[in-house]
Amino acid sequence: MRRVVITGMGICSCLGKNLEEVKQSLYVGKSGIGIDEARIAYGYRSPLTGIVERPMLKGLLDRRSRVCLPEQGEYAYMATAEALKNAAVDMDYLDKNEVGILYGNDSTAKPAIEAHMLTLETKDTTLQGSGAIFQSMNSTVTMNLSTIFKLKGINMTISAACASSSHAIGLGLMFIREGLQDMIICGGAQEVNYLSMSSFDAISAFSTRVDNPTSASRPFDRFRDGLVPSGGAATVILEEYEHAVKRGAPIIAEVVGYGFSSNGANISQPSDVGSEIAMQRALNDAGITPENVDYVNAHATSTLQGDAFEAMALDRLFGNCKPPISSTKSMTGHECWMAGASEVVYSNLMMLHSFIAPNINFEEPDEYSRNLNIVKKTMDKKIDCYLSNSFGFGGTNSALVVKKWL
Amino acid sequence: MDRETIVKQINDFLIEELEIEPDLIKEDARLKEDLHIDSLDFIDIAVIVERQFKIKIQPTEMKDVKLLSQFYDYVYNKLK
Repeated sequence: MRRVVITGMGICSCLGKNLEEVKQSLYVGKSGIGIDEARIAYGYRSPLTGIVERPMLKGLLDRRSRVCLPEQGEYAYMATAEALKNAAVDMDYLDKNEVGILYGNDSTAKPAIEAHMLTLETKDTTLQGSGAIFQSMNSTVTMNLSTIFKLKGINMTISAACASSSHAIGLGLMFIREGLQDMIICGGAQEVNYLSMSSFDAISAFSTRVDNPTSASRPFDRFRDGLVPSGGAATVILEEYEHAVKRGAPIIAEVVGYGFSSNGANISQPSDVGSEIAMQRALNDAGITPENVDYVNAHATSTLQGDAFEAMALDRLFGNCKPPISSTKSMTGHECWMAGASEVVYSNLMMLHSFIAPNINFEEPDEYSRNLNIVKKTMDKKIDCYLSNSFGFGGTNSALVVKKWL
Repeated sequence: MDRETIVKQINDFLIEELEIEPDLIKEDARLKEDLHIDSLDFIDIAVIVERQFKIKIQPTEMKDVKLLSQFYDYVYNKLK
């Protein structure tokens, strides 16, 4: 079977604008959560959000590229440029070789709403300009990045709610294993603006701990009261092992397992059974047992139900070996469509630098999380293999197993 | 509005908004070949012209506009 390695990665999140900044934030357990005043004015129940700095792209990208990029596309460009650089892939290489892109994205609300508001006011669609169409289609990230980076391989967006980008990596693994592609840019992007998240706020999905924003996201903690929305973008370069060796590429890790499932049940409520099936399938795909997993990056978003169901599934699967578990969403908030890819990047950073980032704000377990080995403080520990979970609305589940490159 | 004012305003937004090199902007410059203005850029130009000069560009009227001078004249004549 063809082996699939990660030869580059990049990140733009509320923990930092690049790998180095993010690694530091993870190590010290720094929260990226704050208050967005625009959400208060708009009528949100909770103004809490990850605070992500918008990149300055003038000078980096030509006007046409910038006009067509929505907010999350800007983050995705920055993360992908960093990942390609780390993978020693330049524009000349991209021009002469077939490289694909599979990226998770499941909304692009801001440009669609802004175009609508403008036309409502002016009664003239022309005034939307040339960029609105390319910013407001759900495939905006892949259509933009494939153009900017001159990609000639598989090119599509994966939409699977908060498991989108984990599935994107899983599908990238399958495309390369099957011999259909040698290199694929995989990742996920998530817009961070008041127009995109109001419908989540409408169903009371968000924490309302506004008096202390950095304590609001508290996965697995007994007193959690909802998730905190966040975003940005994360990219990994997946590559067939021999192909990477042949071009002398740096190898960061090996993606060894992908598991998926669908709950076939409630649209919003997660399932311990469904998530366990995905995890078990990923372990089977990797040819390992739970005892081989040194760290679990949990999906846990800080919602009452979601964390409880995941804790039940983790306890059943890992109850005998109790690997260290943390949810980096305690620091980042829920990065939604981007979370699967960002958490692979976060976990890769931990694996490369031999530490486990803390599940901050975990003060008191509930009846489910008390059975897990949740990491409260940064732990210096060698990681050779980790499991990363991502679950989404509609009952879509994805789990990835990644091994250190030795 | 006199033609000179129109030319200056158009040149300003071609440089500022369309990011065209000032050296390329000449009366006899070809819009596509010299200034590299494509069909999507024309949409954005139409938006700016509509906002700035309060006139609506009709795509059918633009089909014979090939040179920058012809574009200046088109706007000038619409404003007459």
